[in-house]
Amino acid sequence: MSAKCLGRNLINAFTVLMLVTVVWTSGLISAKAQDANTIVMKNFDFSPMMLSVKAGTTVTWKNLDGEPHTVVSPDGVFRSHALDQGDAFTFKFDKPGTYKYICSIHPKMRAAIIVQ
Amino acid sequence: MSSDLKYIESRRGALKCMAFGGAGTLFVLSAGILTPVNLALGASKESAGSVTGTPLFLQISDTHIGFNKEANPDVAGTLKETISFVNAMPVKPALTIHTGDITHLSKPEEFDMAQQLLSGLSITELHTVPGEHDVTDGGGAEYFSRFGQASANKGYYSFDHNGVHFIGLVNVMNFKPNGLGALGEDQLAWLEQDLKGRSASTPIVVFAHMPMWTIFEPWGWGTGDADQAMSYLRRFGSVTVLNGHIHQIVQKVEGNITFHTARSTAYPQPTAGNGPGPGPLKVPSDQLPKMLGVTSIKILSHPQVASLTDTTLV
Repeated sequence: MSAKCLGRNLINAFTVLMLVTVVWTSGLISAKAQDANTIVMKNFDFSPMMLSVKAGTTVTWKNLDGEPHTVVSPDGVFRSHALDQGDAFTFKFDKPGTYKYICSIHPKMRAAIIVQ
Repeated sequence: MSSDLKYIESRRGALKCMAFGGAGTLFVLSAGILTPVNLALGASKESAGSVTGTPLFLQISDTHIGFNKEANPDVAGTLKETISFVNAMPVKPALTIHTGDITHLSKPEEFDMAQQLLSGLSITELHTVPGEHDVTDGGGAEYFSRFGQASANKGYYSFDHNGVHFIGLVNVMNFKPNGLGALGEDQLAWLEQDLKGRSASTPIVVFAHMPMWTIFEPWGWGTGDADQAMSYLRRFGSVTVLNGHIHQIVQKVEGNITFHTARSTAYPQPTAGNGPGPGPLKVPSDQLPKMLGVTSIKILSHPQVASLTDTTLV
């Protein structure tokens, strides 16, 4: 192969390798975010804001923010302690229904669990 | 000067008056405009106390005992440094006001540590109001079991010191849906009653955790029903509102009312809107002590102005 040819082939191979890596990594990331039945507090938001689960499922909340948050059902169904960065809270949903909740310190943070 | 006089006639006149004492940055009211006047720090220890009458008091805020993440892995250490700094002040303030977030997670051991550290202050009189971090769990049981006596566990109370009327308010027990703090009807009714019949020349100092004016609503930096409280305070000749919560200094002047938020002794926060939210801001470790500190306040009677001095650890 000429030098030009070799160069171009190398660039192509490199590009393909990068693309594959990006696709594979993003696949890993989205798989992680979809960790079954886990909600994260990140940048003062609950993510995902709406989660559907089957009755009998245990849902986990994890605080990734530097600021503590809480998970509070205004209807009194569940209430976490103050969750520092890295802390988690779990609750088992036995009864079907829609469960709205907020962070009691930052009540603009609102989300819901739909139990079927 | 008559008790109805709200404004200083001239800058020169004000300076003449203040030459008797005072240090730091003085805010002088003249023709409705507040201008900062940096006084020479030559005022001696003797003159600082004598003519002005009311001795200094100190505001400390947002100590967040229990926080241990990147922005400051040693908040107990920076609080100790702050206390040493205060203890070394040439004119010792008469009392200390803590404007809340004493602890980070309302835990008993955090309150224990905070009280232990604060007892190291050479200023023995301490008045507190809670921050939202102090009352997150158990309806504030831990905070009130330790600091509730002054307010019969209501959170709000008032006291007098050297002719100045101090009012502690609580605006972190019930948040508005938009994230702003709230005082509530009971507290507002109490405040109206507390102020009734007081002479307008009584200097007032109000202290509460959340800002009593809206600094930045998207981050909950404000108190939803503060306007009603301010309406009761407007007739007074000198009102100083001291808040915390935002871990940085923001000031506003409205007529005779000076609003001021204090730095934290634990960690700084981003300025309004400059980040994903009002969380801890990590800065290079040599920068940190420059962003932590306390505020000294003096209430002068002649002319009737409040003098606020913000100092950092470094």
